[in-house]
Amino acid sequence: MSLTDTNAASATQPIVSVTNLIKQFGRFAALRSVSADFAPGRLYAILGDNGAGKTTLLRALAGLTQPTQGKISILGSSDIRSVCGRIGYMAHPSLLYDEMSGMENLRYFAQLYGTKDEQRCTSAIAAVKLDPALQRPVGQYSQGMRQRLSLARALLNDPKILLLDEPFSNVDVRSAKEMVSLLAQMRDAGKTIFVVTHQAALLDDAADEFVRMEAGKIVSRTFELHLEEAR
Amino acid sequence: MKRAFPILAILTVLLLSYGLHGALISAPTEQTMGDVQRIFYYHVPSAWTAFLLFFINFVASIQYLVRPNDRADRIAKWIAGVVSIGACIAAVVIRPIPYGMEPSAVATTGIAITGIYFVVRKYFSEQGTDVLALVAAEVGVVFCTVVLVTGPIWARPVWGIWWAPGDIRLTSTLVLWLIYVSYLILRRFSNSSQTAGLAAALAIFGALDVPLVYFSIWFFRTQHPQPVIGGGGSIDPRMLHWLLINWLAFLCFAALVCWSRYRLEILQRQVEEAQALEALLEPRS
Amino acid sequence: MSLPSGIIRATLAKDLRLEWRSKDAINSMLFFALLVVVIFSFSFDPLAEESRRIAGGLIWVAFLFAAVTALNQTWTRELRNQVLDAYRVSPAPANSLFLAKAFGNFIFVSVLEALMTPLFIIFYNLRSIGPVWELIPVAALGTWALVVNGTFFAAMSLHTRSREIMLPLLLFPISIPALLAMVNATTNILTGEDSARFWIVLLATYDVVFTIASLLLFELVLDAE
Repeated sequence: MSLTDTNAASATQPIVSVTNLIKQFGRFAALRSVSADFAPGRLYAILGDNGAGKTTLLRALAGLTQPTQGKISILGSSDIRSVCGRIGYMAHPSLLYDEMSGMENLRYFAQLYGTKDEQRCTSAIAAVKLDPALQRPVGQYSQGMRQRLSLARALLNDPKILLLDEPFSNVDVRSAKEMVSLLAQMRDAGKTIFVVTHQAALLDDAADEFVRMEAGKIVSRTFELHLEEAR
Repeated sequence: MKRAFPILAILTVLLLSYGLHGALISAPTEQTMGDVQRIFYYHVPSAWTAFLLFFINFVASIQYLVRPNDRADRIAKWIAGVVSIGACIAAVVIRPIPYGMEPSAVATTGIAITGIYFVVRKYFSEQGTDVLALVAAEVGVVFCTVVLVTGPIWARPVWGIWWAPGDIRLTSTLVLWLIYVSYLILRRFSNSSQTAGLAAALAIFGALDVPLVYFSIWFFRTQHPQPVIGGGGSIDPRMLHWLLINWLAFLCFAALVCWSRYRLEILQRQVEEAQALEALLEPRS
Repeated sequence: MSLPSGIIRATLAKDLRLEWRSKDAINSMLFFALLVVVIFSFSFDPLAEESRRIAGGLIWVAFLFAAVTALNQTWTRELRNQVLDAYRVSPAPANSLFLAKAFGNFIFVSVLEALMTPLFIIFYNLRSIGPVWELIPVAALGTWALVVNGTFFAAMSLHTRSREIMLPLLLFPISIPALLAMVNATTNILTGEDSARFWIVLLATYDVVFTIASLLLFELVLDAE
């Protein structure tokens, strides 16, 4: 069953709304007029080839890059800076200090969100199934551990919206499945989650919608992943 | 508008020739310095032109930064207005004016500052102010180089020294030159899409620096008395006449070069925008 | 709500802790500082009467070059793994990051100065004729003048090619009035010939002006793509 009607999202107010979003880097158009509404409490899988614009879209939603044209509305506000405390972001680089241990990293970033609560850090690190007592610096972590800690950092402020760019890359299958079930749990708890990934099959059951991008545009939105198209 | 360019070009050539003739032949020979003094007709107008261009860069940079933000724009407008009113009041009220400045000069400078600010604001779009800043900086550096080269050439035969570190005008000009060369290098080396904003920030730092440079050298000179290159004191009215003619010629020349450069830069940016638009609309291969 | 002073303290503490652990940057900076002093002592042969006159200039030029090495590594840890993005997506204000980095650089450069000063005193047999305690505000204000602009331009040079040469290229012209003030104040104090008061006031003015300018414009520089 596939649904291509992008307005099916709602009776409810969209939590993220993008209108005519264009982003150009010189002559390269990363995003070419993307318009979409995203309903709250859902897990969106964003798929597409390299260069399709997935990362740029996520960075624009995170407020890291200013659109050349177009508007973004998140949590009812067009000023992302004012709501950034309720957004969690995870990127392909780890966004962590290699020289500090996992908990030290989390403690520092928690302070950027205005909290010194140790409990937040321990529960975030426990949620991704890492050992809080581990003193090893992050630079010596395996790739999978680093990805999980990076996710923990994104969860520190208990965000309403999660923006995750390739969270499963270089992660072993079992850890990836654990991360997926964690994401599904958070979605069930009411968070809205955007996951950019090349490994669509991992999200086959968990994702509510599959958003496919190509050449800077959204080309389809489906409720189920068509396995013959999966990469 | 297009026809004005050749007219300006012809006017510039005429003024420059007239000024050259005046500087080298018609102007009276200076008593103590002799013919070497004639370089003064190039040294001083270049300096005034350079300062004017750098000031235009400062105004354009501020405009570029405040234009997107309404509140900042309003505050900047008020400050610009206050400057001219304050200058006029100061010219009338403060007697005697420090540093030997003429009251009329103070008032005129104040009004000119405000005038330039509002002219830039009215006639240049946001992108236009950025291009104006770039162009003014480039041409300003050229004129500034002329000042720094003619200064020592003049100083050596007349005062026996190439350079005096305490000479407030020459040293301030050198620092200004350094700041603007670093500005141009930043523009060239930047790989950000927000080069205009970064350069504008640097221009503002430079402008804030200028009075500090002036005061620091001024105080240095009071502690270490130095020869003053260029002499001070009053100037023969015939010399003043040729000085002003040459200044007018230089201003026309600067306007000519700036205009061409501005057109060139705008066209280049239009080409880039068209290419970007094309990339946006075409399906990607 | 994140309190800016808390963030400044946390960031500064983190930077100091990390530097203390690895010590790689500070060690090479210290050695470079030592080398600079030694090279100067070979290049400018100090005789006792003259040394007081030129020491002011020599010391501050040496401090300037040593400071550049410290300033160039301001953001290196944040560039690895794109940690700056993590800062930018958080509600933490950009200025807190700037001040934390500037304070950190102030501490590093002060450490370098603390190493170089006794060496200069030894190599040049320096003894001050004027009031020595006045050197403290000169050192503090002068160091802050270099560091506040240096941190700002270090951030600006993140967006350029040839990053490491861009920093001194942008910093040196703007620092000239401060350098003049530092050198003359130090010389006046060492030789006891003149008052350093005016220069100290000039340095303080410079510091205030450029601290405010940096705070106003830093976010623009941080967010430039």
